Parts: sequence; C-alpha cells; structure tokens
Amino acid sequence: MPLTQTAQALAQSAAADPTALQLTWFLLVGLLLTLYAVLDGFDLGVGILHLFARTDEERRIFMNSIGPVWDGNEVYLLTGGGALFAAFPDVYATVFSGFYLALILVLVAFILRAVSLEFRSKEAFAWWRQAWDVAFHAGSLLAALLVGVALGNIARGIPLDANHEYAGSFLTLLNPYALLVGLVTVLLFAQQGALYLVMKTEGALQARMRKVATWANALFILLYAALTLGTLLVQGDMVQGYYVAPILWLVPLATLAAVLATPWLHQKGKEGAAFLASCLTVAGLMGLFGIGMFPNMVRSIPVENSLTIANASSSPLSQTVMLIIACIGMPLVLGYSAYIYWVFRGKVKVEKASY
Amino acid sequence: MDVLLLSRIQFGLTVGFHFIYPPLSIGMSVVIAVLYGLYLKTKDEAYERSADFFLKLFALTFAVGVATGIVMEFEFGTNWATYSRYVGDIFGSPLAAEGVFAFFLESSFLGILLFGRKKVGPKVHFLSAVLVSAGAHLSALWIIVANSWMQTPAGYRIEGTGLAARARITDFWAMVFNPSTGERLSHTLSSSWLAGSTLILAVCAWYLIKRQHVALAGKTAKVALLVASAAALMQLGTGHLSAIKVSQTQPIKLAAMEGHWEDDQPMDLNFGGVVDEANQRTFAIGIPGGVGMLVSMNPSQKFKGLKSVAPADRPPVQAVFQTYHIMVGLGMALIGITLLGLFLWSRGILETFKPALWVFMASPLLAQVAIQAGWFTAELGRQPWIVYNLLRTSDALSKTVQAEAVLFSLILFTLLYILLFASFAYLGVRKVLRGPEPIAPKA
Repeated sequence: MPLTQTAQALAQSAAADPTALQLTWFLLVGLLLTLYAVLDGFDLGVGILHLFARTDEERRIFMNSIGPVWDGNEVYLLTGGGALFAAFPDVYATVFSGFYLALILVLVAFILRAVSLEFRSKEAFAWWRQAWDVAFHAGSLLAALLVGVALGNIARGIPLDANHEYAGSFLTLLNPYALLVGLVTVLLFAQQGALYLVMKTEGALQARMRKVATWANALFILLYAALTLGTLLVQGDMVQGYYVAPILWLVPLATLAAVLATPWLHQKGKEGAAFLASCLTVAGLMGLFGIGMFPNMVRSIPVENSLTIANASSSPLSQTVMLIIACIGMPLVLGYSAYIYWVFRGKVKVEKASY
Repeated sequence: MDVLLLSRIQFGLTVGFHFIYPPLSIGMSVVIAVLYGLYLKTKDEAYERSADFFLKLFALTFAVGVATGIVMEFEFGTNWATYSRYVGDIFGSPLAAEGVFAFFLESSFLGILLFGRKKVGPKVHFLSAVLVSAGAHLSALWIIVANSWMQTPAGYRIEGTGLAARARITDFWAMVFNPSTGERLSHTLSSSWLAGSTLILAVCAWYLIKRQHVALAGKTAKVALLVASAAALMQLGTGHLSAIKVSQTQPIKLAAMEGHWEDDQPMDLNFGGVVDEANQRTFAIGIPGGVGMLVSMNPSQKFKGLKSVAPADRPPVQAVFQTYHIMVGLGMALIGITLLGLFLWSRGILETFKPALWVFMASPLLAQVAIQAGWFTAELGRQPWIVYNLLRTSDALSKTVQAEAVLFSLILFTLLYILLFASFAYLGVRKVLRGPEPIAPKA
C-alpha cells in the first residue's frame, strides 16, 4: 500500500531532529524573507499611503522615493521563493497550492503595483494617472494584507492531510487571528513607509507625512498589543522556545524596545533613527515568527501532519550546493544593495527621467 | 473543463506572455550597451541620445517582464505542487541562483542606469548598462538550465515510489550542464538578440521612412543591423546543433517536428505540410532523407518514428510540426532580411531605400512569432512528459486545487494581461511617435 507507506515515512521523518545543514537553511530562508520584509515593507508602505499624496507632483515624489530601489527589494522575494523551493520543496508546494486563490490575488497585486510605477507618469491624462494611482495603492495594500493573512494561518495552523496536502478551503484562511495578522502587517508597513517618506520629502508634504507617521505609530502600538495577546490565546505553542533557550528572550525584548522607540524617536525629530527602529520592528517580528514556528515550518491541524524543518527538507547535497551559492552570492547581493542605497541617499527630486 | 487542461492553458498563457518581454530586454540591452560604449569612444552625442531613448523602451519592456515573471516563480507551487515536490531538490537551486546571481545585478544597476545619470559619471553609467545586460544574460542561463533539465534530466537519481518518489540531485554540474543546456542556451540567447535588435531596427526604419531624427536613426540602425545579422546567422548554427541534440536525446520530439510516423526509416526534411493524426500520416513537401543529411551527412540514416511509442506517449504532433516549421521559415526569412540590410548598407542606400525599410519594420514581429513558435515546439514536443521520460504532466498537478479555482485565475490573468499588453503597446508607440530628445545646447 504505497499511500500508507508514504504516511508512515512522513510520520517518521517528522519525529527526526533537524541537522545542522537544515537549521542553517531554516535561518537563511528566514534571513532572506526578513530582508525582503524590511526592504519591501517600506515601499509597500509608500504604496499603501499613496492616496494621501494629493497633487500630481506629490504622487510623483512618492513613487520616485522608491523608484530606483523597489525592483531590487522585490528580488529578495523572488530569491527567497527560489531558496524555499530548493531547500524546503514541500513547504513551497504545500503552501502555494493550499493558498491557491489567495496567492493568485497576491500575484495580481504585485503585477499591478509593479507596472503602475512604470506606466503612471508616462501619460498626462488625469484619468490615466488616477487609474494607475489607485492600482498602485490597491496592489500594495492587497499584497501586504494577504501576505500577513498567510503568515497568520501558517502560525495558527492549517488543515493538512497525512501527505501534507492542504485540506481546507479559501474561507478557512479568513479566520479572525489571520485577519488580525494581516491588519498588523498593513499598519506596520504603512508606519515604515510614512517614516521613510518623512526622510525623503521636504516642506509641507513632509509636515503632513509627520502627522501620518504619528497616527501610524499610535495605531501600530495598539495593534502590536492585540497581536501579542491574540497569539498567546490562539497559538500558545509559539512561546515554547523561550523555555528551552532563555537567551531567545532578547528577541521579543528588542522588538518591544523598537516598537516603543519608534514613536519616541519620531517625536524627537530623529528621522533616520525612527525609520531604522521601524525596520528593526519588522525584523524583530519576523524573528518572533521564526522562533514561534521552530521546529515547524507550517503548523498543521492535526499537529502530527505539520511540515517541519526535518521532514520538508531537500537532500543534504542540494542544501550544500545551495549553501555554496549563497556564500558566493550573498556578499555580492548585499554589496549591490548597499551601493544603490548610497547612490540614491537624500531627498527625492522629480526630474524628466523620473517616474 | 478539467483541471489539467486549465492548468496547462494557464501555464502556457502566463509563460508565453512573459516570454514576449525578456528576449526583447536581453537583445535591447546589448544594443543599448554598445550605443553607450560608442558614445564614450566617439563622443558623438547621437549615440547617447539614441541610447537614452531606447533605454526608455527597455525600461517599459523590463517592467512588464519583471511583473509577469513574479507569477512564474510561484506558479510551480500553485498549480504544479506534485511536480514541485518531485523536482524541488534539483529545480529550486537554479531558480534561487537566478535570483542571487542575475536579478540582483540587473535590478540594482538598472536603478543606476535609469535614475543615476547625474549621480554617477558617464563611465559608471556605461558600466551599469553592461552589468544590466550581463544580468539579463545570466538570468537566461539559469532559467534555461532549469528548463533543459526538464528536457534532458541528468545528475539525479529517483528515490521512493508512488507519491513519495523524489528526484534527488547527485551531481550539481551534471545537472547544470545537462546534455541540452549549451545548445538551448545559445539558441535562446541568439534569438533574444534578434528580437531586441530587430525592434530597435524597426523603430529606426520608421524614423528613416518619415525622415525624422535621420542622423540618429541611421547610426543606430547600423548598430542594430549588425547585431541582428550576427544573431540571425547564429540562429542557423545553434538551431542546427539543437536539432542534432534533439535527435540524440528526444527522438520522439524530433519525429513530431517532422511528422515522421514510420519507425526505423530515413526522415524527410520537410518545408511545410499537414499532419493527419487520425490516420497517422503526414502530407508534406520536403527532401527525402534530408534530416539524416543534416544530422550525420547520411541520407539513409534511420530515425525512430512516432509509431514506435504508444499514442499516449506521443506529443501533439500537428501542433509541434506546425510551430516548428513556422519557426524555421521565419528564421530563414530573418536571415534574408538582415542580409538584404547588409547589402543595402554596402551600396550606401540602407537609410533611403523605402521598400526595405518597410520590411525592417515587420522584422520584430517575425522574430517574436518565431521565438514563441520555437518555445511551443520545445515545450509541446516534450509532452506528455513534464520531466522527459520521468514524470507525466498529468501526474504533476496540485492535488488540492479545483478546476473552478484555476478557471477563475485563468480569467483573471487573461484580463490582466490584456490590460498590460494594451498599456505596454500604447505607451511604446507613444514613446516612438514622440521620438528622442532633441540635442540640448551645451551648458
């Protein structure tokens, strides 16, 4: 009976401890997705806030504030997706086929967002620009919301069968906890985007962005409290790691410090530091997610069908090859990113060549 | 409609639509880098203005390519989850390598290229153009590696059976340089150069017909024509090598390309015709034994026929036959067009001979159709296998995804892609009609 054999083999491997190589890849995929969340977080945030910019000039400033960097930021997602496929093929297969409709909507959102940046300012008609402005806003908002909802479900647990196939429906994904995580993600990115825009704008627009950022800061603290409470109620297993390794407490403490420091730095007018603190919040929340998931990668209901670091891994040779690729490639990647942020530091100027 | 058919249509639509743009970007990036290089060398401002202008068209193409490429990265997981589980050990690493080694290079330096002209010097700007082009080529390398492994798998072993079967990597370099990587990469890259350079040639031809921007268009047309001519001739060579490789590694695909039914017989080199799949016959005009002549200089060389495998193991013969011959015919036409261009150039009438300029204007469409037809030949010819002789396409689907969901996403992608294409074409044509910037007075 091949089916029962498969189930037995999966159950056995679920019990196994992850190897050092598998742990390394858990951390590396986590690092890539964290870099993605931090970097694309603020440019999704700029998109979420796009309709707060009133005039055409302001909207062009918004788009051009992320103009040279958004594409590179999104590559972290593509690379993270590729790394997940290579290192944990079963996670890639289960999550993307299981969340089919949600993921298709995310892809549509990303497409709309990407092309609206390029298309919008290429034509002068008001209706053309307004349509792409709305597409840019809606695409950014929908992408942030759905990615948050997906993460919420992965943490809460989704119905998986013995072969790790998703056994729920689209509506299963729309539970209160997952929606809360989606909302937190939207607010978090909006906050990050507002603080980024404060750095990148001048004059009256900057003054307005300061107000938006103040509101976003306040709302986010409330939502952060709700998220913490909600997680403890819905998925208490996420705190298990702290009993095993108390040093991990540093991560929630640092995250809390970043959450509180952001509005404080913002009120003191320290633009760069406030933005960095919000970036640290994003990274900290990704860290909390990773610690809370360990050693699972996708929590299942029932729990014995969960995808774990050990049972979802590709072979040691595949992960070794990928590690070599990462060791050669990642310094290059970080170098490119650092160089481009250096070249485009400072306030945004809208020119002829701009979006 | 069943989920298999819908998923195949959706994959074909999304990859086919995506595949309009990267070949254009790859080819245009080469011409643009050459133009910036010529400007640095000659200080002739026509080259720089031309490069700046085509860079705008490049950016438009690139944006749609990136946006539609995101879909490809995740669609293996959404619609082909069983395939993803089966090949993840092998197929994931080239996708990740493409991100690390190609996309980052390309996207970072495109930022400099598009927005950084005043922030970096002309040399760094030129270097950015070269690096963007290098990134685009590296991206083709890794994606062709992944795709070639599906055609001619190597460097793996199969572990487990039934649902638990997995292809495991045993030799990374054997996987990367699997038997068809070299031929398929060189054939794809030269077709991309042809696609991008003929587009630029066509825009220049339009200006020359209208007698606008004549100096700029004449100089650029020559650069584009040189790239297109080299690429068109390379197509012949790389296409020939690809066909030999197919004859060795995928004999049933070759049989479908030529509509060759009888087993163990010499194969005709057909110029065109019709396949009668019901009666297992092909009506075509061709050279008897021609394929053997090309493959081994031996017209009596015998080839496997379609009848040597069960009907369930055959690709859709009519579609493969037709797309293959469309590709070859258009490829030959493009060689003729580029040779005509070189001849007119040698006579000094390249910029003024209007009938030829109208033909140049049609050339990017021919290149585009040839590329799509070639891709369909390669991918339909691989059927019914998703990984050749290892995994059937029908076994590769996501087990949890229902037909209604795929129908919904297919409709969504279709509508979205119509919108994208209309906007892309509109903005591209507008850009061309507005033309390059006039020469700015020296400050």
